Amino acid sequence: MGEDSESPKINHSFLRDYVTEADVISTVEFNQTGDLLATGDKGGRVVIFQRETESKDESEELGESGEYNVYSTFQSHEPDFDYLKSLEIEEKINKIRWLPQQNAAHFLLSTNDKTIKLWKVSERDKRPEGYNLKDEEGRIKDISTVTSLRVPVLKPTDLMVEVRPRRIFANGHTYHVNSISVNSDGETYLSADDLRINMWHLDITDRSFNIVDIKPANMEDLTEVITAAEFHPQHCHLFVYSSSKGTLRLCDMRESALCDKHSKIFEEPEDPGNRSFFSEIISSVSDVKFSHSGRYLLTRDYLTVKVWDLNMEKGPVETYQVHEYLRSKLCSLYENDCIFDKFECVWNSTDSVIMTGAYNSFFRMFDRETGRGVTLESWRESSKPRAVLRTRRIYTGGRRRRGDVGVDSLDFTKKILHMAWHPAENIIAIAATNNLYIFQDRVNAENLKT
Amino acid sequence: MFSKGTKRKFSDGDEEISDESLVGARVASSYNLQRQSLLDMSLIKLQLCHMLVEPNLCRSVLIANTVRQIQEEMTHDGSWHMVTEAFCGPGQSPSERLVATEVLCRSREQDAEPKLFSVISYEGCREEEVVADETLCSVSVSDTVSNVCLAGRVGQCWEKSELSGVERDEEALEDSRLGSGEDEEIDTEDGASTESPKTTGQVFGTFEIKNGSPGPDSALEELFSDVDTSYYDLDTMLTGMQSAPKMGPYDLLDSLAPSHGSPSIVSTPTCRSDLNELDHIMEIIVGS
Repeated sequence: MGEDSESPKINHSFLRDYVTEADVISTVEFNQTGDLLATGDKGGRVVIFQRETESKDESEELGESGEYNVYSTFQSHEPDFDYLKSLEIEEKINKIRWLPQQNAAHFLLSTNDKTIKLWKVSERDKRPEGYNLKDEEGRIKDISTVTSLRVPVLKPTDLMVEVRPRRIFANGHTYHVNSISVNSDGETYLSADDLRINMWHLDITDRSFNIVDIKPANMEDLTEVITAAEFHPQHCHLFVYSSSKGTLRLCDMRESALCDKHSKIFEEPEDPGNRSFFSEIISSVSDVKFSHSGRYLLTRDYLTVKVWDLNMEKGPVETYQVHEYLRSKLCSLYENDCIFDKFECVWNSTDSVIMTGAYNSFFRMFDRETGRGVTLESWRESSKPRAVLRTRRIYTGGRRRRGDVGVDSLDFTKKILHMAWHPAENIIAIAATNNLYIFQDRVNAENLKT
Repeated sequence: MFSKGTKRKFSDGDEEISDESLVGARVASSYNLQRQSLLDMSLIKLQLCHMLVEPNLCRSVLIANTVRQIQEEMTHDGSWHMVTEAFCGPGQSPSERLVATEVLCRSREQDAEPKLFSVISYEGCREEEVVADETLCSVSVSDTVSNVCLAGRVGQCWEKSELSGVERDEEALEDSRLGSGEDEEIDTEDGASTESPKTTGQVFGTFEIKNGSPGPDSALEELFSDVDTSYYDLDTMLTGMQSAPKMGPYDLLDSLAPSHGSPSIVSTPTCRSDLNELDHIMEIIVGS
């Protein structure tokens, strides 16, 4: 353990890492208005942040725009055990998706590897007082002490946020669920695991429709798995799923009940010059997102992000290099398993900027209009609240500037896998292990949250 | 990116081999060594992730595809080519070698037990040496023959898997995989001298399959049949987990440790009967 009788300090670092393992954030998602931000972690907890509404007096001033504060915390999933297969089921929250708001309450779907749950988040700021049969603490009163009758009234009370599970969609998946996506019809959603995609109705928990099944009759023939899936933002009959071979398949549910046959397949032919044993692994798509317009797809593979036009299947319309300098290090990254890291990617509200994560607490933003990319860092030590995020550079040759980071000094344990962009404003939420960073583009204002 | 550079070197090495230059052989075997190391690493990863409580299917599939890709390439140009030159004796004719191979292959057919795990164990030792050098490219080429033996062994075990049929008892596969790690220490005691003709046979065994089957792809599919099934079939995995529930990934590496100091040419894993295999399984379950 590192205890040395001669040294005064005891090495507790391993203990610290162990303790916070459950706090590692595994998903981040804004709701449709951006007022709420939900994070899920490896310990099965969900934390919801709410944006403070600006007071009317300050609406003219710049700077103190709404901060995000903790609104509610709840335990979504517990560790489970599959007795039939003698396997533990991790409680890690893989994805959270908000439902469109229909009344005062908010609904979100959260999923671990096996089970999807629908949670209702509601506020309570009044409570009834003046019961006849119960006293203030809720204890049943002795009847003989009741001498008169009164009508209970609602009295204002401190705001309470209640979170209750409303639906539990269990036993739908044999393999690990990697994606959920709410349909634009507001009634159904899909859940995808490694080999199958199911469609559920939000009100029905005891059955689901299987819409994609790529499991081969012989598991020995398995060479491709599903890595992500999403419904089209406007067309309720269209969805896309990505595979470990780097293909995207657009499926139309009107064509058939089982959408094993795709309507369109998006695939980029392999570049023979860059071929290596790792070509397939780095072509595996880790995330796919429709643009807000519904016209484009954004995909992330190990070294690049690509924008695809739904009308053009033969290749992406834009390709951005996230960390091309890692191409010569693929062997080491294969050895330490970093090559299997699944990075997410996001669009901004106007589909003009795309963002994705990288290593060393860096994340990248690309402006689609200019084609230029920028590297930013989300690391507590190097940024103070309200400080401007400065751009970083990786040194890959040529003249080295001060502040450049060498490729060999990159910390591959600090990976930015999960992130979200506010649906309307330039506010981004970045998850860096167990820290959540929220950056706002409001006249150099920056928010730091953990 | 090592494969791009070394591919060019390999073609140079080809010409030099025909001139019977040792330098060319070394260069080519350097690429082979790197490729072999990658194969070793991949097999170790597959084995380890198979033993984890929750194997990540995507990762397993990607690694298995990489292994398949390497094996295809080795079958097509790498390993058997090297072996031809390495074992080319002045008096031996090619047909003689092949005949001897058939005999050797047949004798192995009788053994129902797959050798995949033993192969992995052995290669795991080698892989540890490789890892210590931090990059594959910096591993020194020790012995051409030893590299070839490695390639041969891998081919041999796939060959065995195919010859023994796809419909094997998957429990046996699981248990042997988990159990025969302990075989390694016993196997190293075998004399190295007796192993050379066997290794030749192993490699040519691979070559044999390639020619005999309708197409290399189907042969490879079958070769992989037993490798993959157990990884993806959860029922099979359950069986495997039940036989050795206590053995974790680090136990595997520990069991490899004694063989780490073995000479580079390690003996062929001896074929064990089902009875011995059952004994080993019982040992693991009992925890002795």
